[in-house]
Amino acid sequence: MKKVIGLLTAVGMMTAPLAQAETVTVSGSTSVAHVMEVLAERYQQSTGKNVEVQSTGSSAGIRAAKDGTSMIGMSSRNIKPNELTPKTQKIVIARDGIAAAVNKANPVSNLTQEQISKIYRGEIKNWKEVGGEARPIVVVTRENGSGTRGAFEDIMKLQRVVNGHKVTAIAATAQVGNGNGMIKTIVANNPYAIGYISLGSVDDSLRALSVNNVKPTDANIAAGDYQIARPFIALIDQDTPQNAKLFIDFIMSKDGQRIVAEEGYIRVQ
Amino acid sequence: METASKMGQVTTSLTPAKKIDWIERLFHGLFFISAMVGVISVITIGWFVFYEGLPAFKEAGLLNFIFGREWLPPALYGISSMIVASLISTVGAVLIGVPIAIMTAVFLAEIAPKWMANIVRPAVELLAGIPSVVYGFFGLIVIVPAIEAVFDIPAGNTLLAGIIVLAIMILPTVITISETSIRALTPTYKAGALALGASHIYTIFNVLLPAAKSGIYTGIALGIARAIGETMAIIMVMGNAPAMPGSLLEPARSLTANIAMEMAYATGIHASSLYSTGIVLLAFIILLNAGLLYLNRQRGHA
Repeated sequence: MKKVIGLLTAVGMMTAPLAQAETVTVSGSTSVAHVMEVLAERYQQSTGKNVEVQSTGSSAGIRAAKDGTSMIGMSSRNIKPNELTPKTQKIVIARDGIAAAVNKANPVSNLTQEQISKIYRGEIKNWKEVGGEARPIVVVTRENGSGTRGAFEDIMKLQRVVNGHKVTAIAATAQVGNGNGMIKTIVANNPYAIGYISLGSVDDSLRALSVNNVKPTDANIAAGDYQIARPFIALIDQDTPQNAKLFIDFIMSKDGQRIVAEEGYIRVQ
Repeated sequence: METASKMGQVTTSLTPAKKIDWIERLFHGLFFISAMVGVISVITIGWFVFYEGLPAFKEAGLLNFIFGREWLPPALYGISSMIVASLISTVGAVLIGVPIAIMTAVFLAEIAPKWMANIVRPAVELLAGIPSVVYGFFGLIVIVPAIEAVFDIPAGNTLLAGIIVLAIMILPTVITISETSIRALTPTYKAGALALGASHIYTIFNVLLPAAKSGIYTGIALGIARAIGETMAIIMVMGNAPAMPGSLLEPARSLTANIAMEMAYATGIHASSLYSTGIVLLAFIILLNAGLLYLNRQRGHA
């Protein structure tokens, strides 16, 4: 009896990877996952092949691509050389703007990059200093290590060096929300809040600010006028199964890039 | 096992049984394995957390880690603000929640007419089944704006919001266990007190509650464990700023929130420091259980 059970288990374990090989696994950045899920769904509809998307965060996605736990890793921040093996390929699949967003009741509609930076450092504390009501600013940020936060800190120069390490310069008293959705909920419900989210996630529950008098539109990002933008990167290993490569080809195709644009991101092809 | 097989043979012969009673053996084994599941889980989790967390203690230094005030990975790992936030939110929740819970338990066990207890008790039990993300959402939509309005502050995501949500969350645990322990008392206590001319209220406070003390302590301890371990609801309502809170009306980050928020993204020493945060949390829970054991033993000796 024991032998039979053991045999069955062994057979089960051997066949499981075969069954899974059909499914393309993708994991990583929550921001990229937003568009990747739509791409996966359309790909399934047109080819019948399964794609499984998990949003685990950029660092986890990079790690997954490196150790091969996922066929494709997603990152919304630039990747340090020591995070990759020489065999990993980086493919920019789209570009995304980061919007500084405020509540719809907030009269402020434009800030300079300098002002946003100072708000996040905690040097500007009241909306009246930037032309709004005389109310304290509720600063909302993403958690440490988030791709959106990393890119935002990079572009807005919100970094400083402590003990030889580069660390965040965002004030410790800022509220922290995990995920674009949480930031959206906080900003949409608080008239004095400011947060930053992926431009593709902006909807009519809140308002994206112009930065240096440039509106955060696709055209402005593609032209390089809107400065707060970052690449969406897919990572694949050279030895990854053919299935995963086909899915990447689909993303880079005209159809794939059209979906990217429909979702509010900027195409790269 | 041997005793049992002997018993069966007592009437016929007094020589020990030669056959092995397999059913008896099987069940002994089954019970033993079941008992080991919990023990092995605790040991494995403990080992795993220590194994993963020690590198961060080495890197940052134990004292710097526990007493450091700045959380700036990968440069500085100080979690004192989070220890303070976890302790204050838990103590606050206990101060608000436990009196309400004990009074509810007394109401259910002693005062409420049967039909009313039959309405209140399921309501309380239902409270225990609500997932914590729903508590968090309730806090975010109801309690946070209420705090903004009452205290006229720009953001209601504060320690106070966390305390209120936790106080509600620990109610069902404390109520259920306290009520059960009050009901479990022998009726002679109550009858004796009433016969001596004590009023019902006097009997409740001076006879029944002290007699049910150990059960109530257990309920409180489980409530505290729930409050200190709660994560999702706290992340949603407390603001999670890793700064030392200056008052109850400032945002704060609990130990559990620190682990849950940064785990997905952390690598290297940063990831390890989150496990170290887990070690600190584990230490608090061990202290709590030890305290409870001590209190109950004290009572036993008295």
